[in-house]
Amino acid sequence: MGGNHADHHHAPDGHGRALRLGIGGPVGSGKTALVAALCRTLGPSMRLGVVTNDIYTTEDADFLRRAGVLDPERISAVQTGCCPHTAIRDDIAANIDAVEGLEERFGPLDLVIVESGGDNLTATFSRGLADKQIFVLDVSGGDKVPRKGGPGVTTADLLLINKTDLAPLVGADLTVMSRDAAAVRDGKPVLFTSLREDRGAHSVAEWVTGLVHDWAHHHRAPAPTTSTA
Amino acid sequence: MTAPPDRAQSERAQPERALSERARDDRAQADRAQAGWAHAPGRAARSIHARAAVVAEAGPGGRTRLTTLRSAPPLTLRQTGPERVHLVSTAAGPLGGDHLELDILVTEGATLELGSIASTLVLPGPGRSAMVVTAQVAAGGRLTFAPEPTVLAAGCDHAMTVRLALHADASAYWREEIVFGRHGETPGRCHARFDATVDGRPLLRQEFTVGDPAVDGSPAVYGDARCVGNVLVAGPGFTHPEPGVAPGRAVLPLAGPGTLILALAPDAVELRRRLA
Amino acid sequence: MNAMLLLLADSRLPAGGHAHSGGTEQAVASGAVHDVASLAAFLRGRLATAGLVAAGLAAAAVTASGAGWAELDAEADARTASPAQREAARTQGRLLLRVARRIWPAPALDELAAAVPSPHHPVVLGAVAAATGCSPRDAALAAAYNAVTGPATAAVRLLGLDPVEVHRLLAGLAPALEDTAATAASACAAGESARLPAHAAPALDLLAEQHIRTEVRLFIS
Ligand SMILES: Nc1nc2c(ncn2[C@@H]2O[C@H](COP(=O)(O)OP(=O)(O)OP(=O)(O)O)[C@@H](O)[C@H]2O)c(=O)[nH]1
Ligand SMILES: [Mg+2]
Repeated sequence: MGGNHADHHHAPDGHGRALRLGIGGPVGSGKTALVAALCRTLGPSMRLGVVTNDIYTTEDADFLRRAGVLDPERISAVQTGCCPHTAIRDDIAANIDAVEGLEERFGPLDLVIVESGGDNLTATFSRGLADKQIFVLDVSGGDKVPRKGGPGVTTADLLLINKTDLAPLVGADLTVMSRDAAAVRDGKPVLFTSLREDRGAHSVAEWVTGLVHDWAHHHRAPAPTTSTA
Repeated sequence: MTAPPDRAQSERAQPERALSERARDDRAQADRAQAGWAHAPGRAARSIHARAAVVAEAGPGGRTRLTTLRSAPPLTLRQTGPERVHLVSTAAGPLGGDHLELDILVTEGATLELGSIASTLVLPGPGRSAMVVTAQVAAGGRLTFAPEPTVLAAGCDHAMTVRLALHADASAYWREEIVFGRHGETPGRCHARFDATVDGRPLLRQEFTVGDPAVDGSPAVYGDARCVGNVLVAGPGFTHPEPGVAPGRAVLPLAGPGTLILALAPDAVELRRRLA
Repeated sequence: MNAMLLLLADSRLPAGGHAHSGGTEQAVASGAVHDVASLAAFLRGRLATAGLVAAGLAAAAVTASGAGWAELDAEADARTASPAQREAARTQGRLLLRVARRIWPAPALDELAAAVPSPHHPVVLGAVAAATGCSPRDAALAAAYNAVTGPATAAVRLLGLDPVEVHRLLAGLAPALEDTAATAASACAAGESARLPAHAAPALDLLAEQHIRTEVRLFIS
C-alpha cells in the first residue's frame, strides 16, 4: 500500500475513474473465491485492480496472488484494526487510499474490486467507497438467512447465494431462499452459484460487465471501450 | 600510557586556563579521589567547570595527527594509538553542580577513535551536573565515539547533551549507553539530548529521560530494562548493519544517511552485546 | 477550545486512524500490556514521549508555510528512528490530508500536499488545525489526545477491557494531556523547529518493528 498519491483527486461524482465494486458478506461465504472467479473471467477484457480487507493477515491477498488470476502488484491489502465494517463504512480512508494507489500506479482501470473482511449481515459498503456492491451469502448458513434480512441482504445491488453444491448436504431449500430474498429486495437481482463448480462465476461476471459498460458510458467522455487489457 | 607529545603545547595555547584555576581543579580532584564512589556531603562544595578538546587533522600522506589534545580534569585525554584517544577519568563524578564539556573536531580526511577507560558514574551534589559533547566531522573524516557507559547513581541529577555535526561525506560511529543505577540501585534523574545533523539537516534527534515517573518502567519506553543504548552509524566510512529486530534490539535505517542500533537490556554487559 | 478542535480530535473523523494501535497490538501480544494498570503505564509513557513529540510538531505546523513544510517533515523524520513508525505516520498523514482537503479546503493544505505528498501525521494535524482556526496549543492538545486515545481503544478491542474503566483512565490523563500541550506549545513558541521535543521511546520502536514483521495482526501499526 502507500505511495505518493495525496495530490491525486478524483471528482466526487466518479468522473474519469474506474467503477468501484464492493464485495461483502459473512466470513467464509466465498467472497475471495468470487473475486478470483471475476478476475479469471473479466481479466482478459478489462483493466482490473483488487483491494482486500483481511481481518488478521494478508491471507486473502496472498491467496489471490498465488492463484495467479491477476498481476500480484494489482492486489492491495488493507488492515482494518478489528473492525472490518468500519473500514468499508464509517472510515473508508485506508480503502480509498488503496484504491487510488492502484489507479495511480496502473490506471486508467475499468474496475476496482474491494473485498471486505468477513463480517455480519449488517455490514455494507459506504457509497463513498463502492459504487455498486455484491453481498455474498452461502447456503451452509441455513436457508433462513435471507429471511432475516439486514442491510447487506436487502440493499446490495446484487445478492449472491453461493455454495449451492452444499444445499443437499445441509438441507437448505434454495426455493425458500430465493422466495425470501425476493420478498425483502424489492426487485433487485439475486443469483445462485457454486463457485466450486463454476470457477468463472459467469452469471456474476455478466452482471458486472453490464455495470462496467454502463459506468464507462456515464462517467467518461468520450465513452471508452472496456476491451483489450 | 604516556601523555601525548603535543599536550603541553595545547595547554600553553590556553592562557585563560590560569594557574589558580588549575589549582582549584586539582583540589576538587583530590576531594573526589578521597570521597571515592560514594557521595559524601560537605565535599566538593565547589563544582567543577571543565572543557577538554581534541582535534584530529590529516597530515601529509593522509596520516592523522592530533593537533590539539587538551585535558581538563576530570576529563583527561590520553593518546593511546596513532589516531586513538582515551578519556581517563581522574576523579569520580561528575557530581551535581559540575559542568563538563568535550569538543571534538575531525577535519577533512582525518580519523579519530575516542573511547574511555572506565564507565562514568554520575553522582549527586549541590545542583545539576552536565556533560556536553560537541563533535564536528568534516568531509572524508571518520569519527568513532565509543566510551564506556554512563551510570546514573541514586540521587543524581544529570544532563547530557550531544551535538554531532557531520559533513555529507563524513562518517561516524557513535555509541551512547545509559545504565539506570548501579546494581540494585534506583537511579536519580537524567535528561539526555542527542542531535545529529548532516550538512545542517537533521539526521537523528533523541531525548531520553530517566527519573520521570511517567516514563520509568513504562512498557512504552524502557519496560523493565535497566539500561538503554544506541549506536548511530552514519556516512560511507562504516558498514551499516542489516535492518532487523531481535529481543531488546533493533537495527533501524534512518530516513537520512544513517542507521541506528537501538537496545534495551537488563544489564550493561547484555546491552553491549546487543549493540554490537 | 472550539468546535472545530472537537471534530478534528474525534476518533470518528474518517481519516483511517481506527486501524492503528500505535504499538498497542504488539504490546498486548508480548504481554507487556495485559490489564488496565499496565495500559495506564503504557499510555503515560507514550504520552511523555511520542505524544509530546507529536504535540510539538503539530504546534509548529500551525504556523508553518513555504519551505517550512519540508523542513518540519524532516524534523519529524529525525525524531522517528523506526521505519515502521515513519511509514505509519506518513500513511496516517496522507489519509488525514486527503480528507481534510475535502472537509476544510485551504491553500495551506494544498501547499503542504504539493511540498510533501505523504507528510508525517502530526505535521498534517497542525496544518489542518490551522485551517480550522485552531491555535498551536489546540493543535498540540489534539496530537496529545490522539497519542493516547487510539491506543486505548485498541486495547479495549484486543483485551476486552471494560471500556468504562479505560475511559476513566483517559480522564485521569487529562491533566497530563494539558501539560503536554502546554510544554509543546511553549517549545514551539521558541521558534526553532530543531529544538522541538524529541523524546524517544525505545520500547515503542522495538514494538513497531516487531509488529510490522508479524504475519497475523489486526492493526496496521
Ligand atoms: N463447497 C463449496 N465451497 C466453496 C464455494 N465457494 C467457496 N468455497 C470454499 O469456502 C471457503 C471460504 O471461501 P472464501 O472465498 O475464502 O470465503 P471468504 O468469504 O472470502 O472468506 P473470508 O474472507 O474469510 O470472510 C474456501 O475453502 C472455499 O474454497 C462453493 O461454491 N462451494
Ligand atoms: Mg476472503
